Amino acid sequence: MSTQIGLRGKAWFQAFTGKNSPMAGDPGSLLTADAQLGEDMARFLCVVPNPGARFPCARRGEVGLEESYTLATRVREAIEQDKNGKKRPIVAIVDLKSQAYGRREETAAIFLACATAADAYATARMKGHPVIALVMGNAISGGFLTHGYQANRILAFDDADVVIHAMHREAAARITLRTVADLERLGHEIAPMSYDIRDYAKLGLLYKLLHVESPEKPSPQEIRTVQGELVAAVADARVGPADLRNRLESTAAREMRKASILVRTKLEAEWLEK
Amino acid sequence: MSYAAVVPEFVRRQSFIELDARARAQSLMDAGSWRELVGPFDRVESPWLPMQDIAPESDDGCIVLKGAIAGKPAVVIALEGKFQAGSMGEVSGAKMTAALDLAAKDSQNGKTTTAVLLLETGGVRLQEANLGLAVIAEVMASMLALREHAPVFTVIAGTVGCFGGMAIAAALSSYILMTREARLGLNGPEVIEQESGIEEFDSSDHALIWAINGGEQRVGMGVADELVLDDAPTIAAALRRCLTTGLPQVHRSQQVQLYRERVAALDTLQQIDPFSLRKSWKKETEEGVTQ
Repeated sequence: MSTQIGLRGKAWFQAFTGKNSPMAGDPGSLLTADAQLGEDMARFLCVVPNPGARFPCARRGEVGLEESYTLATRVREAIEQDKNGKKRPIVAIVDLKSQAYGRREETAAIFLACATAADAYATARMKGHPVIALVMGNAISGGFLTHGYQANRILAFDDADVVIHAMHREAAARITLRTVADLERLGHEIAPMSYDIRDYAKLGLLYKLLHVESPEKPSPQEIRTVQGELVAAVADARVGPADLRNRLESTAAREMRKASILVRTKLEAEWLEK
Repeated sequence: MSYAAVVPEFVRRQSFIELDARARAQSLMDAGSWRELVGPFDRVESPWLPMQDIAPESDDGCIVLKGAIAGKPAVVIALEGKFQAGSMGEVSGAKMTAALDLAAKDSQNGKTTTAVLLLETGGVRLQEANLGLAVIAEVMASMLALREHAPVFTVIAGTVGCFGGMAIAAALSSYILMTREARLGLNGPEVIEQESGIEEFDSSDHALIWAINGGEQRVGMGVADELVLDDAPTIAAALRRCLTTGLPQVHRSQQVQLYRERVAALDTLQQIDPFSLRKSWKKETEEGVTQ
């Protein structure tokens, strides 16, 4: 990994919203702003590193207690403000380290904190907000489950610094009793284990891969292009169902998630039997 | 003196922990009401484990029973902790999601169908990494969709506990029941020790692990609902009691403001004492109830 966590997130948050600071009362690790996106006002959210964070294990771009509860607050605020009107798009910019791995976090039930944010995102989606995740860096494990994985559409930048995964390489190797080299080799053979975003795309979970020339310092042209892609994803989400079935219906999913589709078909048939 | 009088009560218990996932699920449903869906004879196995020379299971460690609890339609979905530590793979995840979605569909059509998840899981099955993570996101989405119509229960009995992404999913339930032996947490002790060092978490310190993640603590601090004895009839009765209560007015995972304020009030300069935290959160909750 060559790029620094949060660098891209910050750059694109600023590019989309013209802002680079948290909302009043929010921790320094969570950027939220409303900004024009096509014909909509959209809400953008991004978790960024905050070296001065109160929680020592959540200073490098991890999603911890404060980040989760603030995400939940800001997403629910948008739901509440739009309850009688047009549902604004909600864009999760994802460039995070992982969830926070700390004892303070476990003691104070970080799993519940994460759940409040995931609940808020899913609620927004079910109420008709187009929820878009734009992955431009790492989207790892509980961090991604909390911030982004409840989106109706997931877009990702197509380059080597974009990693969507359940666990970073070293930890996954240790837990599965393999070497990092073995893990890398297996990743090439077995798509769900791969750390390569193009292999991830084969799973059928992504709406689109976007090629961006300079993801750390986007040009005005690149910003317009990505905004255009977000607008298209928003429009597509608005005409589609509010659940996650598109992740199983894509062409790639029909190939790579055959077992999932088989389970659903069989279970539905057996469910209906008397 | 009769034999029963000299045998201690705990000896007469029917341990739930000692049951496998299938027997656990069966013990919670009305006798004779259930049938298993996509069972082992359907032989839907993980396509990814054999590629890595790991023996799959014919049920992928996820058991789905459709039947009734207290006469009401219910589906029980149980993870087998003895197979790959109950980890979520493509097939086990798809079983859980499909069952939740069908319960939601029936509930929407007027046949309220509750779901009970028996979670013994380390979270994502790392051999199916990204599909494991994806199915957990899908399980979460399906739980939330069902929860609009019918209560979703999580029972964590032990001894694996409920960790990783599935701990986040558990927190979306309407009710969580735990035994004293069970644990609930996002990051397992070994993972924290590896990521943040032994000074942050000594994973060999079992007293510390249970003080933080144990059932008594989680129920005591109010992030789980009922502490149950490791006894199958007791757990079945507790489940029926919660079922009578029905959907909570507000789910815990919607109580953002309450928990945001609690976190803001924590002293983060040192480690948080689990027992003091329990006392202070419990006190607030009780005061909130009496108001």
